[in-house]
Amino acid sequence: MPSLYWYNYLVVVLFIALGIGLPIVAFALSRLLRPKHAYAEKTTTYESGAEPIGTSWVRFKVKYYLYALLFLVFDVETLFLYPWAVAFDRVGTFALLEMVIFLAILAFGLFYAWRKDVLEWK
Amino acid sequence: MKVILEVIIFTILVLGYAPFAIYVHRKLLGWMQGRVGPNRAGPYGLLQTIADTLKVLQKEEIIPANADTALFRIAPIIAFAPAFIVFAVIPFAPSLTFADLGVGLLFYVAVASISTIGVIAGGYASNNKWSLIGAMRAAAQMISYEIPLVLAALGVVLLAGSLNLNTIVEAQSRSVWFVIPQILGFVIFLIAAIAELNRTPFDLTEAESELVAGYQTEYSGVRFAFFMLAEYVYLLAMGGLIATLYFGGWLPPHPALAFIPGIVWFLLKALIFAFLPFWLQATFPRARVDQLMTFAWKWLIPLAMVNLVLTAMAKAWI
Repeated sequence: MPSLYWYNYLVVVLFIALGIGLPIVAFALSRLLRPKHAYAEKTTTYESGAEPIGTSWVRFKVKYYLYALLFLVFDVETLFLYPWAVAFDRVGTFALLEMVIFLAILAFGLFYAWRKDVLEWK
Repeated sequence: MKVILEVIIFTILVLGYAPFAIYVHRKLLGWMQGRVGPNRAGPYGLLQTIADTLKVLQKEEIIPANADTALFRIAPIIAFAPAFIVFAVIPFAPSLTFADLGVGLLFYVAVASISTIGVIAGGYASNNKWSLIGAMRAAAQMISYEIPLVLAALGVVLLAGSLNLNTIVEAQSRSVWFVIPQILGFVIFLIAAIAELNRTPFDLTEAESELVAGYQTEYSGVRFAFFMLAEYVYLLAMGGLIATLYFGGWLPPHPALAFIPGIVWFLLKALIFAFLPFWLQATFPRARVDQLMTFAWKWLIPLAMVNLVLTAMAKAWI
């Protein structure tokens, strides 16, 4: 039933519109209510009361980047597992075998990262 | 057009739920810590959050001079919208799902992960050291725990043979609730969900004793309120997902109790899991960053893989 299919996605669009619209309306409403007299001292960056030193847009610990890379690999691979899980009933034992091989490769990747000390937070 | 009305009523209900949840959170935490909790505004302090909401709407909004203004303004929207949008696919009762998508679970997971971007955007745009550290931690934590979450949910997909959340609930009416065959998956899912929600013991993103308020440090007024709102709405959404995947959604615990409508059962289960993190908050100390990351990668992810293989084997041979 294509009409029902589109109907469901229209509801999703409605939810997206409300999810974005709601904060915008609230921000606009608050703009009417709130006072507005900011001066230079008020708009300085908070740094525990001291004068802020430099900007915070600096180079950051590379460790986070390694986790991001690992995440990307694993997230894409888990995405492949979803259609497999849905179709498992129809494909049967052969699918199981294939998936064990797939997961073994994935686990080997994790093991490699583990031995390379990527998972160690230092 | 009926659906537009329904969705608007639902939105009002969700907005009404958030103050209630904040009140229950504060009251519960008060009791667990031997305090009274809010008790001044209205009977039993019931109007406390309403008063707070009115107050926060009138607060002056301070945007730091060095901040990335545009990003700073839209970050709360990016954080809030996904927490609300995921409700579209949650089955509340036998015939009450707003959007009965075939890929419901995948939709939920995909949309929910967008809120990470809101947190990073808020922390980065503030141009504040506390905010940036909080945001970077949030990013590392949320992406690390998303993998065990998704892998654990795969066990349920295998058993039900579908990504549609309604089909998953119906599959549980034919057998037992999936928490029994998927007990390992459920534990992994619960831990990862609490980490995704940044609740204690994984609340390093806003660890108030070390990072002031993490990514929210520079936020004030209504934008701060929306970060808070997103947190509580997301808690309910996650409670709803846990109830759907592992506790039979709107199914009664026993067929003899079927005279109580499905929505009551669903809300009961969802609220238990939405309020469970408050209990944990009163019980556990905060984890360290290194413990947090190694726990996800060295324990949860391998365990989730084992769970998946075991489930597949059980399904193929039993």
